[in-house]
Amino acid sequence: MTRILIAALALLTAAAAQAQVRTDLPRATNGKPDLSGVWQAINTAHWNLEPHVSEYPVVLELGAQFAVPPGPGVVVGGEIPYLPEARAERDKHFQNRLIDDPEGKCYIGGVPRSTYMPYPFQILQSERDVVIYYQFATAFRRIFVDGKEEAPLDSWMGWSNGHWDGNTFVVDVTGLNGLTWLDRAGNYASGSAHITERYTPLGPNHMQYEATIEDPTVFSRPWTIRMPLYRIVDENFRVLEFKCEPYAEEKIYGHLRKPGTEPPAGAPSR
Amino acid sequence: MKHRNSLILAGLAAAIAPLCAQAQREARTAWGDPDLTGAYSEFTTAPLERDAKYADKEFLAREEYEEFAKNRVEQRFGDDETEPGTQADVHYSMAQFQLSENEGVHSLNLRTSIVTQPKNGRIPPLTAEATARQAERAAVRRGKEFDGPEMRSLTERCIIWSSTQAPILPRGYNSNLQIFQSPGYVVIQGEMGDPRIIPTDGRKLPDKLLPQWNGTSVGRWDGDTLVVETAGFHPESAWRNASENMRVTERIKRVDEDTLEYAFTVTDPKTWAEPWGGVYPLTKLDGLLYEYACTEGNYGMANILSGARTAERGAAAKQ
Repeated sequence: MTRILIAALALLTAAAAQAQVRTDLPRATNGKPDLSGVWQAINTAHWNLEPHVSEYPVVLELGAQFAVPPGPGVVVGGEIPYLPEARAERDKHFQNRLIDDPEGKCYIGGVPRSTYMPYPFQILQSERDVVIYYQFATAFRRIFVDGKEEAPLDSWMGWSNGHWDGNTFVVDVTGLNGLTWLDRAGNYASGSAHITERYTPLGPNHMQYEATIEDPTVFSRPWTIRMPLYRIVDENFRVLEFKCEPYAEEKIYGHLRKPGTEPPAGAPSR
Repeated sequence: MKHRNSLILAGLAAAIAPLCAQAQREARTAWGDPDLTGAYSEFTTAPLERDAKYADKEFLAREEYEEFAKNRVEQRFGDDETEPGTQADVHYSMAQFQLSENEGVHSLNLRTSIVTQPKNGRIPPLTAEATARQAERAAVRRGKEFDGPEMRSLTERCIIWSSTQAPILPRGYNSNLQIFQSPGYVVIQGEMGDPRIIPTDGRKLPDKLLPQWNGTSVGRWDGDTLVVETAGFHPESAWRNASENMRVTERIKRVDEDTLEYAFTVTDPKTWAEPWGGVYPLTKLDGLLYEYACTEGNYGMANILSGARTAERGAAAKQ
């Protein structure tokens, strides 16, 4: 009981401190909070944004180590407010996830999915630009700071304009092509989605991430996901390459392989 | 009176403009590093290797340049002009999609070749070991070039590109890059490839490196020049038949507002008996680089394989 009280007290104190001007946050040369570094989400949002119990792996032979772990979900309010036909579409995605999930094809994860995929990403920050390098599919995105660059065309990572709102870096994302999913359960938004991300440092080694998704063609109202992101503090940590192309080739092109030939075992050769 | 004021102001602006340009050229980032940021074209009129007729002649005279540059552009992009309806016309036309660099900007480069070391401007011959390695690699694929995706080149497979990996060299198209900087880091992102996240915070390249397709890079500032050391390549990266022991040193510095100088040295005794290298300008682009989603749009791979299967079925039917 005492422990719970202390924990509750700590949370309240943290919330109170957040509202005030933070003096313990790393700062960039222009005085803004410094978000630079390698970060990762530690949750099960990449499996399913909504609350979920554990589940069989998509292929039974994969066994327990590839089973879906349970999670409380990251959707504020619990459920994604799909329009009825969009929910049916999501359910169809789930049924066909082994074949259709763009992640399995090594496709760029898009926004916000790249943020909570189970891989690290690195933020590099200057006054003019914030760029983010995501390990999965070596995705990369540039966020124009205080610019109002218009999306010239649709793309996987979309088009990002950022500005500082106090200690929060707010990023406005448009120009998404709508071809990625939001998780491995088939949740999705369309190419009309407008995403507002909020990165708020809570201390030197963690920050709050929020993404509000507006897309009247798929959802009955805007909805928000929220989760902490954690700084990777391992000494000399670097985001290693995860070139996933070789691992997806058989899945994508296997049906076009010369009959009688075998996919490479182990490392790709040439 | 008002008009007069604006005229005076305009005159003043014109007078100080060259000073501003000067100041901008020496601009540094807010944290004091030389500022290399921007988008650049890698296209240059100098070929990688020097035509033997120039021997050790490193530079063209100004009056020789125009003819040289014209020939060079024609040599690279001239075959875009083909007769419609002929087989020769079925090719990837750079000009049609405005991809060829000769439609873009490039800095004056009087050099006769990108390669400057050795003195003859030509890449040293492969060692016997490298020749054997090359033959071995070719033998694995011989007659099986279209069997499956793993038999195709790393570029066709969207894994690496010579225009983005160290050392960076211009390719046929999309040879553009952009440079970002943040305190302690420089990011070099080739248009078609992976961003290289280069720490300049004083760390050294570790002795033991996990193999990476693009190698692992660390940088440092030598005065106004960014010096980047890269090692730890994947054995199959095999840039120009190099071994996984290849080390690359790149030196990048600002020459003027629109131009960076990019110099590189390649060291790999298992592949070339002597280190070799070169230099060429990177020319500032007006505009931005956009997302190049290679895998996501790789219809080419599917078409190559399905074309081969169709050809095989056709051949079988004839028998």
